[in-house]
Amino acid sequence: MAGLTTNNLQPTANTELEQMSIVVIGHVDHGKSTVVGRLLADTQSLPEGKLEDVKAQCKRNSKPFEYAFLLDALKDEQDQGITIDSARCFFKSDRRQYIIIDAPGHIEFLKNMISGAARAEAAVLVIDAKEGVQENSRRHGYLLSMLGIRQVVVVVNKMDLVAYDESVFDAIETEYTAFLGKVGIQARYFIPVSAREGDNIATRSPSTPWFTGPTVLESLDNFVKEPSPVDQPFRCPVQDIYKFTEEDDDRRIVAGRVESGVAHVGDEVVFLPSGKTSTIATVEGFNLPVQAEAVAGQSTGFTLTAQVYVKPGEIMVRQDEIQPQVGTQLKVNIFWMGRRPLVKNKRYKLKLATAKVPVWLRQVNTVLDASELTTAMNRQQIERHDVAECVLETLKPVAFDQTADIAATGRFVIIDNYEIAGGGVILEPVESQTNRIQEGVTQREKSWQRSQITGNMRAARYGQRSTLVILSGLADTGKNTLAKALEESLFQQGRFVYYLGLSNALAGLDADSDVSEQRDQYLRRLGEVSHLFTDAGMILIATVSGLDDYELAMIRTLNHPSDDLVINVGDNHFKDNTVDLQIDRIDDVGQAVTQVQQLLASRKYLIEYYL
Amino acid sequence: MDQLEQLEAQSIYILREAYRSFKQLVMLWSIGKDSTVLLWLARKAFFGHVPIPLMHIDTSFKVPAMIEYRDRFALQWKLNMIVGQNEVALKNKQTFPDGNATRIECCQALKSEALKHTLSGEWPRWILNHDTGNYDRVEGGEAFTGVIVGARADEEGSRSKERYFSPRDQHNEWDVGDQPPELWNQFKTDFAPGTHVRIHPLLDWTELNIWEYIERENIPIIDLYFDKGEGKRYRSLGCQTCTSSVCSSSSSVTAIIEELQSGKFSNIAERSGREQDKEDGGGLESLRKGGYM
Repeated sequence: MAGLTTNNLQPTANTELEQMSIVVIGHVDHGKSTVVGRLLADTQSLPEGKLEDVKAQCKRNSKPFEYAFLLDALKDEQDQGITIDSARCFFKSDRRQYIIIDAPGHIEFLKNMISGAARAEAAVLVIDAKEGVQENSRRHGYLLSMLGIRQVVVVVNKMDLVAYDESVFDAIETEYTAFLGKVGIQARYFIPVSAREGDNIATRSPSTPWFTGPTVLESLDNFVKEPSPVDQPFRCPVQDIYKFTEEDDDRRIVAGRVESGVAHVGDEVVFLPSGKTSTIATVEGFNLPVQAEAVAGQSTGFTLTAQVYVKPGEIMVRQDEIQPQVGTQLKVNIFWMGRRPLVKNKRYKLKLATAKVPVWLRQVNTVLDASELTTAMNRQQIERHDVAECVLETLKPVAFDQTADIAATGRFVIIDNYEIAGGGVILEPVESQTNRIQEGVTQREKSWQRSQITGNMRAARYGQRSTLVILSGLADTGKNTLAKALEESLFQQGRFVYYLGLSNALAGLDADSDVSEQRDQYLRRLGEVSHLFTDAGMILIATVSGLDDYELAMIRTLNHPSDDLVINVGDNHFKDNTVDLQIDRIDDVGQAVTQVQQLLASRKYLIEYYL
Repeated sequence: MDQLEQLEAQSIYILREAYRSFKQLVMLWSIGKDSTVLLWLARKAFFGHVPIPLMHIDTSFKVPAMIEYRDRFALQWKLNMIVGQNEVALKNKQTFPDGNATRIECCQALKSEALKHTLSGEWPRWILNHDTGNYDRVEGGEAFTGVIVGARADEEGSRSKERYFSPRDQHNEWDVGDQPPELWNQFKTDFAPGTHVRIHPLLDWTELNIWEYIERENIPIIDLYFDKGEGKRYRSLGCQTCTSSVCSSSSSVTAIIEELQSGKFSNIAERSGREQDKEDGGGLESLRKGGYM
């Protein structure tokens, strides 16, 4: 069924009636079109004479009339040039105006269906009484859950084909209730209907005296507009930090959309995952009176009393409210739309609210096999159109809520090869002792054959203890010049030293740019190479612009068990006590080299008696 | 939040997402009401600043008042203003007003081609010099990979199929059937080299919403939309030769809103004064596939 509308019911911007979007879903041939056609007919939403026309046409062609034909007839009108919204149809009850989003039945259109249904406020799921729960009944149920559509009515259609047998209805209700329970949905009603006969669509049917619930139309009117989430804890994912200096504007504005809650001028706030804290100084806006607060739904901006270094992607929350969780391993439900399957050991990109972070599939718990109606265990990958529960691991910690608590910060999409290939919701964090980097290192250590030459023997021979010297800080702080001068100075003193110039090729890459695969690979390579060089007894010098705590932790894991020294040039954004030497500015390279050498000596990396 | 506030918040979110995601980003400004609202939304999104360059494709047949208006606000709002033009077609007079091309061919040459090559940097760009107030010709500009456009879904059939972030391939082609999914405000902000993305922050707005917002925000819209006592005004702006005025005595934003809600235009398409729409079987789809905005 394509989209359609009825010509006398064009939605208008300033209608008195409340408006609600409903998605109608269900397995192919379970009677979705008939339910919608009957709803339109029984609510007098069809163009005048349309019903009679179609009935007459059926009679002429000696075929039985079906309500689904009404939709086809309207589709013809579409081709004849009536203004039609291609994915929606409209009807109204006494209570409100409805936009019916029609979910394509064919599986190839699932990504289009998702784009449309993601905007629905409630859903009607149609199940054939005779066929029972089928492939797409389950798949669509999963999708509703994932899309965050909580208000659902299940319509058991074609009851006339099972002689209005209450036990058939009860069996489907029991089976499907159990399934929906697993995906966290409780249907508001199960309604036995025959759309063809009009039973329980807009009027109560004498054929189902055992049923005491509402009609389909009543059930729609019983849906409630979900209030905007102002009562939930404040969550404002940081979209960007603006500092526009034109015309002496000195505001540094943290910009984002408030997804839930309220925050006021003077509130103490925390940025997660970094944990930085500050206080809201102003709520900013353009062509607006002075704002005292920012509420859910607004795209706004804040200035802070104390300047903190935060990055886009962090979530700004209130200190006095329940905080999001922070972690790298997430148990999720995922729906995969990618052309290629979701596989392990491949780097993808996760987008969660405004955060973008590399992610890997770590473990597949269960995959819903929609055709077999079973849950498959022991699957290694997730195929197109699969819905699965799995564990994801991100490169760096992300801040998130469980989707059941706050929807907007509890869901994500996965990018594969530039495309949004999957969507999912976070069930809970996973507590794990290891991560994929550590597992790789454990594997490496296991297969590593040690020789007779120990680290101490090498230290004695070279007159130094090996270490990785990392020079960090923002770009253009003179780190590379210092690194080269340091290498030269140590070399001239007879030290076994090497400056790893890899970073030169990546000079333009800093941590503030979008998640960069190159950077990620560079850091991994640095960790691995460092492990080799330091194991061989060398002092290795490397520079990394904008290194953060998580990246440092990864390098350390890979470099284990060798040591490292962190020398920071310029603004220091590391956690307390991370930096071994802080150089605010390199005015004199020679002096900076001396500082680093003094550090190496005082930490006993340069063995003095050798000199 | 009322409907306009929700639309505004969503458009601002989209603009900021575009600004964050695309290094080579540009916004098209036709001087019409939609892209002027878009420009205003950018000032909202970026707190009074417009950190995104604006591009205007000048066919040379625009109503002179449009160019005057463009330059006045470009200077006043300190806009990074880029103008593009099909120099060759104009020089060879391969245009409809010169009698050497059909309306569609003319649109294709002066708008689609000019836009495509100005975006890619193959053709020269004229950049407003804020010191002199003149435009400097600049060659060899970088290609823009993100293009913000003021299209609305309700304008015309093919636009209702757009996404907020809509990819185009190397040939500017638009694959209507195979568009990326958009859910939970996650858009396609990743793109392969050689491709670019059209960004549509106004997709959910209707013509009425636009006027209501102009009224609420008191946006200085070009006065060609208003009747100045002759009983005529423009409802949609374009080239002088192909855009006719409509009979209407609405001389203020409030009057236009009234006219759209219940008056004579409540059932007449907005682009009814645009002749090129009619020449191609009534749809803009073939023009749009080739890059028309």
